[in-house]
Amino acid sequence: MNEIGLSLDTVWMLLAAMLVFWMQPGFALCEAGFTRSKNAANILMKNFVDFMFGSLLFFFIGFGFMFGSDLLGGFIGMPNWGDLSFYDGELPVEGFLIFETVFCATSATIVSGAMAERTKFSMYLVYSAFISLIIYPVEGHWTWGGGWLCNDAADSFMMTTFGDVFHDFAGSAIVHSVGGVLALIGAIALGPRLGKYSKDGKSRAIPGHNLALAALGVFILWLGWFGFNPGSQLAASGEVNRVAISHVFLTTNLAAVAGGVATMFLTWIKYGKPSLSLTLNGILAGLVGITAGCDLVSPVGAVIIGFVCGIVLVFAIEFIDHKLHIDDPVGASSVHGVCGILGTLLTGLLSTSNGAFYGGGWGFFAAECFGILVIDLWAAACGIVLFYGIKKLHGLRVDARIEEEGLDIYEHGESCYN
Amino acid sequence: MKKIEAIIRKTKFEEVKEALLSSDIDWFEYHNVHGIGQSRQERIYRGVQYSTDVIERVALTIVCRDQFVEPTVKVILRVAHTGEIGDGRIFVSDMIDTWSIRTGENGDTVLRDKK
Repeated sequence: MNEIGLSLDTVWMLLAAMLVFWMQPGFALCEAGFTRSKNAANILMKNFVDFMFGSLLFFFIGFGFMFGSDLLGGFIGMPNWGDLSFYDGELPVEGFLIFETVFCATSATIVSGAMAERTKFSMYLVYSAFISLIIYPVEGHWTWGGGWLCNDAADSFMMTTFGDVFHDFAGSAIVHSVGGVLALIGAIALGPRLGKYSKDGKSRAIPGHNLALAALGVFILWLGWFGFNPGSQLAASGEVNRVAISHVFLTTNLAAVAGGVATMFLTWIKYGKPSLSLTLNGILAGLVGITAGCDLVSPVGAVIIGFVCGIVLVFAIEFIDHKLHIDDPVGASSVHGVCGILGTLLTGLLSTSNGAFYGGGWGFFAAECFGILVIDLWAAACGIVLFYGIKKLHGLRVDARIEEEGLDIYEHGESCYN
Repeated sequence: MKKIEAIIRKTKFEEVKEALLSSDIDWFEYHNVHGIGQSRQERIYRGVQYSTDVIERVALTIVCRDQFVEPTVKVILRVAHTGEIGDGRIFVSDMIDTWSIRTGENGDTVLRDKK
């Protein structure tokens, strides 16, 4: 490859990394807006911690766990201990590390919203360290790290079993569903916020304190996604790449708007009024859903994925809240968990090159099903051990008095609004 | 000297304010207040339907000399009226005394009378 092309690819990768980094304030504002003002400083702090811990741990160890040479039969990569020289790729390793770091931090920061308003800050730090250190890099090694789920050698497990490898272009499964599954398990382990369910088991609304912040957060996330998905091409030079990133840009946006439109009309029909708070989630649902297959599906396929995710989202939020009585204040488990899984599966159906609906047979769909199952079982197993371990050893939840008066004052000594 | 307290609709505040200013009330206080009443408003948040009995209104406090009570009350009755349930209430009570902090002057002549 020529020098200028490689430089262009590097600049594009770094630009995309900036946009993905910009998703952190998106998450922070979105989560702060959907929760109450007495806990706003706490949730902002958690979003900073996710990125700070994520960057340090991923640099020292996680990057090697994810991209290093196979250890333990390919379960995990060789930890790098802060040494980047092992990496052998065309793009500069330090830029690539930054790019992968922002993805790791995105996965980590999904959980804070679901566990909002009642988690001990110190125990959240433990979780945040574990996801960036182990949980994300291990399943990342299986996939983007060149591991067994994406090994396309003719005699590999995936090729001999399904005739196709697991495909997750930018991380519906690897980033979002893992964050979503951990969010769900964290919310289960914590239990609902005080006053969320009445004695007879009825769900009560606890409105967030500022939907303007939440809306701005969603717009910022949307912008960030234009780095998240098109950036995952990791190249911009040459005809193949410039067409590919443009295609991904379009599919990403179409899925976002289709998700928002679907949710808006569904809530209008279901509740009599178009709901802003749910439409914001619907846009994110479309974005999460398209992330796996944004390179493989057609623009029309992207609209279908966004639409399906926007519809399923509303029922998922209702089911998790009203039926399962799991209190997820921002809907992270529905948006990132349910729609992450859904988007991965829909890729297996709607991929124009090997999807089942395009005459590609069921092998690729089966590979997607298997991949998402393995990845989320890993996330769930880690989540159960981690959150229930913390709960048993130290307690995961703040005292009722702190929860009533707000985490800001008791956990941080500062309040967001003065 | 009387104190007039009026609870009015938030949506009527601007109109009432203009009407009071043009009828020579040169100072009044207002507060955003939350009341609890028998009526319920249905709301939905993230798919959870709930009803709130919290009703938002604006409370005005006007202190004036006796001869201005009737015209002031009439202005509020006229301008804040919609005819729907929830238009609000006006209370009038006696004020015992008043001082101007700037001049030290005492008594109801402290309340300026533009007429």
